[in-house]
Amino acid sequence: MQSSSRKAPLRTANRVETSWVRQDSLRVNVGGQWRMGESARRDEIARAFDALESGRARLLTLTADGLGAWDSSLLVFLVRLAGGARAGGIRVRLDLPDGLARLLSLALAVPADADAGRKETEEPFLAAFGGRVLGLVPGITAFFLFLGEFSQACHRLTRGRAHMRAQDFWEAVHECGVAALPIISLTSLLFGLILAFVGSVQLTQFGAQVYVAGLVSIGMLRIMGAVMVGVVMSGRVGAAYAALTGSMQVNEEVDALQAAGIHPVDFLVLPRVLAMSAMAPLLTLYADIMGIVGGFLVAVTLMGINPYDYLNTTVQLTPFRHVSVGLVYGTFFGVIIALTGCFHGMRCGRSAQGVGLATTTAVVHSIVGIIVATAVITVAASALNV
Amino acid sequence: MADERMNPDETMAEQAFLRVRDLQAGFGGRVLMREVNFDVHAGEIFCILGGSGSGKSTLLRVLMGLKEPQAGRVFYGGENFWAGDEESRRGIMRGTGVLFQGGALWSSMTLVENVELVLQQHTDMNAEDTRAQAVLKLALAGLAGFEDYYPSEISGGMRKRAGLARALALDPRILFLDEPSAGLDPVSGRMLDDLVLELRATLKATFVIVSHELQSIFAIADNCIYLDAASRRVTARGRPTELVRDPATEGNALRFLTRGADRGAERDWHEITAV
Repeated sequence: MQSSSRKAPLRTANRVETSWVRQDSLRVNVGGQWRMGESARRDEIARAFDALESGRARLLTLTADGLGAWDSSLLVFLVRLAGGARAGGIRVRLDLPDGLARLLSLALAVPADADAGRKETEEPFLAAFGGRVLGLVPGITAFFLFLGEFSQACHRLTRGRAHMRAQDFWEAVHECGVAALPIISLTSLLFGLILAFVGSVQLTQFGAQVYVAGLVSIGMLRIMGAVMVGVVMSGRVGAAYAALTGSMQVNEEVDALQAAGIHPVDFLVLPRVLAMSAMAPLLTLYADIMGIVGGFLVAVTLMGINPYDYLNTTVQLTPFRHVSVGLVYGTFFGVIIALTGCFHGMRCGRSAQGVGLATTTAVVHSIVGIIVATAVITVAASALNV
Repeated sequence: MADERMNPDETMAEQAFLRVRDLQAGFGGRVLMREVNFDVHAGEIFCILGGSGSGKSTLLRVLMGLKEPQAGRVFYGGENFWAGDEESRRGIMRGTGVLFQGGALWSSMTLVENVELVLQQHTDMNAEDTRAQAVLKLALAGLAGFEDYYPSEISGGMRKRAGLARALALDPRILFLDEPSAGLDPVSGRMLDDLVLELRATLKATFVIVSHELQSIFAIADNCIYLDAASRRVTARGRPTELVRDPATEGNALRFLTRGADRGAERDWHEITAV
């Protein structure tokens, strides 16, 4: 086969010639043009590997007689061949042009790190499902550890030893208080409008339009005001906290805090959770009022209900306990949002992708958390008859 | 024993300031390094060398108390660092300063506030004294006049200087520098090296530096260890100039230290033997 090797290299497709020099010495010659994307001679390549795996070879000599232009596609083949030989304990001699030999040595210089490789194997469905479920456990454990750290931070706060700056607290108060008012106004007002519209369709059938007032006020005060605040603040504040603490983690700023002897949870999480739990009930009250205003607008302008009647019915139908139940929802939501946001930020990996993931996970988890908390509090409230 | 090698300039036969014994560190089941032993003496500039992925930064994180070792001990002036609880570690860390790779300045605060925060945390000085201290530390790092800039408003080299100023806040006895000249242009890197030498001479601080910048290692290091990624051990130790000549440290360390000139020239390119 070697007789053909001195052929002019021009415009010939790649060639792989396999021959036995001695009983245990294999010679593989590569020739022709090697271009990425051009079809390789699979049969010839397969023959080379078959010979290598026959178990006879003790020495593999790589030669390049009649080799024309080549690129990495040749290198890929040679690395596979030489790497395979090396793994099988076969000595490899390179009788190649200098550049090619250097590149090949470079590619094979560092043997693949056995434990550095990622093991990705195809799993059956049930095993994959089980793996996913078990994969939740470390996350849940980490969250409880985080809660533990947070309560230690609260404990230090009560003894006046927490590493928290008042300035950070007030900035957070502004961020999740005043700065959130415009969007809360818009969403709650519209939600009040929607409630009134939907309610009026049904109630008009009984000629009980005026009870729209009760529907809107009880709906908003007892639950919807808090839920509006929760959803809006998850997107606004939860995401912001996750992104902020996450990028601090990426930037080693959290490590710098620790190295400076400052508890990161005190410094980053505490002011934000405190601010959020102080502001969420106030925002809830504000959202309640905006919702009632929305309902009022619909009732008065579109349904022709007397403004005085509307307000009167509102007051008559809404005892104070609805307001307090709504505030309980709101406070819980605030704590959930702030804790979830900070938790995912602190757990963030050291990459830009990690920050993005932390942010989206924080929003999704805080909304899920809000809905779960709503269910729990609703059941508790009905059990307690409030 | 090679790891008992002392800095000849040091006349006092005192115990090493930082001692590391049989340290093993890694992530999960993956061991990055084992049987790491070295001593850092007071006033010394000690370099941890190694190729990428050899665990230099991880070793530094263990020394700084940010990552628990898998085995082994770290002593600060005779005190077993990882045997104590978090509070005792925090106490020891009070006497240390850290310059992180990117500076890791707290981005929501100005430079002077960055330094002040550390001071406020550990001292009872009033606001005026704290400010004066912080301004001084920034000036020492060559940043006089930049007190009220935010980290995002200054250059990378200045950020590292500010990080160094913050590390100096509490007059630490030992400073950890993670790749101080990485990502800097040669001039800024040189200036940072000069600053380190200057601070060692004036403040009598001890430096532990992770680096792979050959120039800066030769310029400033008194002693080094070389972490080898393949064998996951310390394969060479000594002064940087000795490290190049020492026949015992041939191989990886030599190639690492002379890399760039002629990478692996002595290697036979035409033979790949079974490993």
